[in-house]
Amino acid sequence: MSEFTEKIAAKFPDEILEGPEMESENAISVKSDKILAVLEYCRSDAGMKFEFLTDLTAVDFLEFDSPKRIAVIYILRNMENMQNLIVRAFLSDDEEIDTASEIWHSAEWLEREVWDLFGIKFKGHPNLKRILMPDDYEGHPLRKDYPLKGRGERDSFKIIQRDRERY
Amino acid sequence: MVRVEKDLQGETLELSFGPQHPATHGTLQIVMELDGEVVLNVEPHIGFLHTGFEKLAEHMSYNQFVTVTDRMNYLSPLSNNIGFSLAAEKLFRIEIPKRGQYIRVLMAELSRIGDHLVAVGTAAMDLGAMTVFLYGFREREKLYDLFEWATGARLTTSYTRVGGLMADLPDDFPDAVTKWVEQFPKTIDEIEKLLSHNRIFQDRTYDIGVISKEDVLKYSLTGPVARASGINYDLRKDMPYSSYEDFEFEVPIGENGDAYDRYLVRMEEMRQSVGIVKQVLANLPDGEVNIDPDSKITLPGKDEVYTTIEGLIHHFEVTMENKGILPPVAEVYMGTESPNGELGFYIVSNGEREPYRVRIRPPSFINYTIFKKLMKGAMFSDVVSNLGSLNIIAGELDR
Repeated sequence: MSEFTEKIAAKFPDEILEGPEMESENAISVKSDKILAVLEYCRSDAGMKFEFLTDLTAVDFLEFDSPKRIAVIYILRNMENMQNLIVRAFLSDDEEIDTASEIWHSAEWLEREVWDLFGIKFKGHPNLKRILMPDDYEGHPLRKDYPLKGRGERDSFKIIQRDRERY
Repeated sequence: MVRVEKDLQGETLELSFGPQHPATHGTLQIVMELDGEVVLNVEPHIGFLHTGFEKLAEHMSYNQFVTVTDRMNYLSPLSNNIGFSLAAEKLFRIEIPKRGQYIRVLMAELSRIGDHLVAVGTAAMDLGAMTVFLYGFREREKLYDLFEWATGARLTTSYTRVGGLMADLPDDFPDAVTKWVEQFPKTIDEIEKLLSHNRIFQDRTYDIGVISKEDVLKYSLTGPVARASGINYDLRKDMPYSSYEDFEFEVPIGENGDAYDRYLVRMEEMRQSVGIVKQVLANLPDGEVNIDPDSKITLPGKDEVYTTIEGLIHHFEVTMENKGILPPVAEVYMGTESPNGELGFYIVSNGEREPYRVRIRPPSFINYTIFKKLMKGAMFSDVVSNLGSLNIIAGELDR
């Protein structure tokens, strides 16, 4: 625990989760219900000031001993002392999480990417559509139970039959 | 003469720009709603080049993934190699010898120059200035010859390994770089002479696509785009990696945050990179470029492999599956200053040969999110000014 994660733990004692066991620096696992309050606290509190959203992504912890399957990862940065803070919000694969795009506009596309590749829905997102995969794609490829090969858009291509009678 | 005033308002035109258009520099599509020459709304569509790099990474060992990073930002593949290797080394908790670090800095700065030459050249070409593009490509060609000499390939360099480099530099390489770097600033002067006081170029970039300081934070912008808006933020200075703290250089900062400032920042960054390259060449330490092969992370020297049984066994131990040192169960995030902005790698490892998850923080993708805001209410002709000055690389956008 670093001083920043301790502060979050003191401020939101009911929200803290025991994350999957792995080494990391300056990371904290939280429940997904009040994620906006946690992020807003990290951003605006005078002692925290993690006001730069470096990245937003997700990890499917299917093969880990994890409280819930999916973790949405927020990598925040304090622009003064250049520290990174990783906030992991855990949710199961059918739950929804609040969108952070009101706080950081860059989250809009990053959340679309998470929806596209992991199938996590963001509540209140202005335009939650697929961004990288085709619109009619089925499945969410970065999930751990999605195979690397053997399933794909090729099946959905129209088979063009030559009109025999014309020739 | 009687002029007929006709109300032409109220009818808008939907225009699709790309995915096959020379000014998109890659496969991306922008659907625009136009009222005359005014852009009412844009809707960027991306994903045409999506190749699932992050999914692929989960099925490759750390060294194998280096080859995939070449294909991300194809204008500066060496920066991607270095960024990924640094992240993997942070995971393995190793640091490579000084000589290796210095060579990485040398390669990163040379590819920064190459990237900026294309960024400035193509941005100017879209605005009608063909000569800049040709001058830039002339120098870039010489650079690519140097890359080919050191790494064996012009584009698919794959020069770094976890724990070092593919190979040390060729013997005459530093002299050749010195020769190149001595004559290169003349090209920067030529480009500046052509563009900086060019009336047409100024008209099409002054106050076009202005990004405020607040928007930089709101949209997580990094790299030359953020610095042109007056944010003093450069990971080489703020979170030094690979011995960047050893070199003296300035971080150019813009004032207005428009397309012209982004051009100026890129030009000055090239001059600073020239300075860093010279410092690297003057202070290049002797010694190894890889960490000690006894750590079982890097391969032993070829002379050892071919002549001793221990070396051969050692080589097998590293390359065979289920052998060699495995990473700890950990997560790391490592950001590097690539030519376009912060290129970050977030790696989760479950202690096996393949990473459990690799996330690439693509600077182009995140810088592109502001494009919609920049274009709202702008003129149609500003599309290429903005697109060129943001320098969107489709390979990195879609990964």
